[in-house]
Parts: sequence; C-alpha cells; structure tokens
Amino acid sequence: MSATSAIDPFDVIVVGAGPAGSAAALLSARAGLKVLLLERGEYPGAKNVSGAVFYGSAILNELIPQWWEQAPVERCVTRRDIAFMSPTTAVALDFRCAGEGYATAPYNGFTVLRPKFDRWLAAQAEAAGAFLLTSTVVDDVLRDNGRIVGVRVRREQGEIYGKVIIACDGVNSFLAKKAGLQREFHAHELSLGVKEVIGLDPAIIQDRFHLTGNDGIAFEYLGAVTEDVHGGAFLYTNRDSLSLGVIGQVSSLVERRKRPYELLEGFKAHPAVAPLVRGGKLREYSAHLIPESGLAMQPKLYTDGLLIAGDAAGFCLAAGLYLEGMNYAMQSGLAAAETAIAACQRGDCSARSLSAYRKHLKIRHVSTDFRAYRHAPAFVNGPRLQNFYPELIARSMENLFRVDGSAKRKLLPLSYRMARQFEMRPGQLFRDVYQAARAFLW
Amino acid sequence: MVMTTHEEKMRTVRFRVAATPHIVVNSEICRNDCSVHACVYVCPANLFVALDDGGILFNYESCFECGTCYVACNQEGAIRWNYPDGGYGVTFRES
Repeated sequence: MSATSAIDPFDVIVVGAGPAGSAAALLSARAGLKVLLLERGEYPGAKNVSGAVFYGSAILNELIPQWWEQAPVERCVTRRDIAFMSPTTAVALDFRCAGEGYATAPYNGFTVLRPKFDRWLAAQAEAAGAFLLTSTVVDDVLRDNGRIVGVRVRREQGEIYGKVIIACDGVNSFLAKKAGLQREFHAHELSLGVKEVIGLDPAIIQDRFHLTGNDGIAFEYLGAVTEDVHGGAFLYTNRDSLSLGVIGQVSSLVERRKRPYELLEGFKAHPAVAPLVRGGKLREYSAHLIPESGLAMQPKLYTDGLLIAGDAAGFCLAAGLYLEGMNYAMQSGLAAAETAIAACQRGDCSARSLSAYRKHLKIRHVSTDFRAYRHAPAFVNGPRLQNFYPELIARSMENLFRVDGSAKRKLLPLSYRMARQFEMRPGQLFRDVYQAARAFLW
Repeated sequence: MVMTTHEEKMRTVRFRVAATPHIVVNSEICRNDCSVHACVYVCPANLFVALDDGGILFNYESCFECGTCYVACNQEGAIRWNYPDGGYGVTFRES
C-alpha cells in the first residue's frame, strides 16, 4: 500500500446500498472480511425506485432462510398479466398460478417498497458485520500507480482505502466512468420510469384483483398506453397501496416531445385501468432511469482493485416478458463478493485476479441470461413491438368480436385488412417474426 | 384522488435541499446551440423552463437525481450534474 494509508484499509468497500451492494457486503462480511458499505442517501433505499417486484426470493433464501418472514414485503405475486392496448381496448394474457414455488416457499416474487426493503437488506449486511455509512457520497476512486486502492468520499479527510472496491452505485454510476470502464450513454439505451404509489384499502385490493390473503398481482401493459412513445406501463399490488407507472425510452420521449407524467395520467385514465385505480389516493410520486439495453451498454466489469455490479453494470433485463433488475443486482453483487473474497484470500486484487468475476457471473446465471437474451432489448425496445403490434392485436380483437350485422370475417382476411390499415409490409412482418424468434425462442 | 396535477404529485415527495446546486446549466449553450430543449419535456420533475431568449431556467431543489436531463441533452457541456451532498436531495419513503 502507499504511504498515505495510516489506518488498516478495508478489505472490501461497497459503494451503494441497493440490492447489489447490500448482497455483496453481506456475503463479504460473512466470509470474515472487513467491509465498508457506503450509501449517499439518508438511509438505504432513499434514492431507489423500481416497480417494484422482487423476483429474487429463491436467491435471497440461500442467504437468509425464510427471509420473507422478517422482511418488509408487500404481497406475493401469484398472478401476472401482459396486456396489449389500443386507446379503448385491452387484450390480456392472464397467468395465475397457485402452484409450487409461486404460492409456496420460496415463492417466485414479492412486491416491495424500495425504501423499506432496501433499508432492511442493508441492515442484514450490518448484522453480518459490515460497517454501514449513510449520507456519504463517493466522488472518485483513489489510485496508486494506476491501481485503484480506495475511494474519495465527500467528507473531511475523505480518503478511504480498501483492497477491493465494488461499485454498486446505480444506473448513473459515476464510479464506473471515473474508473474508465464505462462510456457516456445514448438516449436510446435508457428508459425513464415515472411511478406513483396510490393508497387503497386492502379489502378493496383483494376484491378488485380477486386475491386471497397476501397474494398479489403484477400487470404489465404494452401499446397505446404510452401513446406513440416506445415503452410500457405497469401496475402492481402492495398490501394497502398500488404501485403503478409508465416507462418511456428517453430518446423516444424527446422525439415525441412527451412529458412523462402526462403519459402517466393517460395510463390511469385508460378505460381498462381507471376502474383498477378508482378511489385511490396518491401517496408518493417518483422517477428513475432504467438501463434497458443489456449487453450493449455493459461496461468493462473489472479493473485493478474494482468490480462493478447491479444497475451500474447494466444488469437489468428488460426483455418484454421479463422486467427484472433486483434479482440480477443481487446475483451480480454476490458474484462480485465471491470474487473479492477469493482475491483477498490470495492477497492479489489485480485485474487478473478479479477476472474470476466472469466465472462467478456465469455460475450465478447472470452473464448467461444476458447473453441468451442479447437480441431481446433492441427488438422489444423497437417501435413495432412497443407500439405497433400491441395495438394491432387490440384492434384486431375489436374487429373479431364485433357483431354489427355485417358479414363475419375469418381471421386471415381480417388480419390482412388490419395489416393494410396499419400500412405494414409483409417483408417487415417476416423480419419481425424472425427477430422475435431469435430473441426468445432459441 | 387518483388523477393529479404535476404540482400535486410533487407535493408528495420529500426533498432535503442542499445549499449548493448539484446541477449546473450553461444557458449560453442552450441559447446558441440547442433548438431541441429536450430537458424541458423529459424531466419528470418539470424543473426546466425555456426562456423567451432561448436560454433555460433551472431549479435544482426538487430534483429526483434520475439523470434523464443529462442523457437527453444533445449539447455537450450544457448540463453538468453530480449527486447532491450526502443525505441531501430526494428522499423516497414509499417508492
């Protein structure tokens, strides 16, 4: 170490106490390492927003058995809908599962409120021995002969030294850029989510969504629900509130000159959505960026003395059927911790030693999932899947079910007429079918 | 009520305002080099206002720290931002 480190350095400094950071800190601390967990918010979760469904129950169960019995979870997701929308119509795929692993332990997904859930998870890392320091912004990395040896925090005497830095500082990761591992983003690579938590009586939630006990729903919407902006919308049930929001690709919002909160009002006013939110009262409005482009926006994941995990590494799977971030954040945080633990044991925290991160990401199915779905983000974020097909489906169904005294048309001529109406070329359709298959089938 | 104005939405969010702004807008660039003014539309907190002379008026106090303005801005150097000091800025309670 350099002469500047008067006190013993930490083994691991984790930047950001979201699901990636807290998981990394927890596992590192359990391995007996000296761990510092830094968070810029007043408390962990104060800056964090997602839908939020946490699909990482089985992963967390490995670390904290029966974690849901002590954690602040809202409802267990046993019903999922994907709805295709025109301005007046919704055609939904309705999935309800009371089966094993969905309605029984370890459960498939829970709705959570991030300020509560993230705070609880960080407390678990603390209980495992990590030292949590909140209200602390990390401004830069510290280097010694080019190697990263610590972080500079915005406090007096703010130089803190550590053998391995794990950057879990979120989608805007300043640290990944300071370390020279990430470039600036393009507006088409990110989506903006705006969200509301709307209070509603639990009895009304149960009746309205046909739920028993603590079961919950996760509804997702595509098509006209974001007007002509590429994106979608979501509505989830919490214990005594709904979480709902609209997601729009930043470049698309700019092109269409749409204000995100106006899209949100449009979503709530849609005839298929309005009855679901009726009578609710706004509790909190929020917004967050989502790294939606998968591998295309992934930084270099490690360098001498530093690893990147979670949203900071672009580990957010936005691939139509999937809208998952917290689980990959946690998995990548754990993979980073496993890498750091082995590196500290070896006494070698060079890039070469930390390159084992790739192997750990593979074992935890992070890199393999993102590789398998590498074609999905570009396809699902394209204009036709986000807006055109959902609306085509919704409008076709309007025609299919319409009884107005005129001759019934069979599906094929009906689709043909709709495709003509939407000015779709057959070649385009075949290309899209191929791309969809490549994105999801093999 | 369920349908709300933007002002009503913002009233539900808690901010601890730092003494110094964490976002700096170089209005010269907005005035001379930018005709899009994307920040005015995309900001979820509606913090950017286009002035008659083409410049941009900005208020940092009720910022979500989401980074959208910076990503959407098509003029290099027009928007510079960093995180507010530790413990300051937006503090979500429910989201």
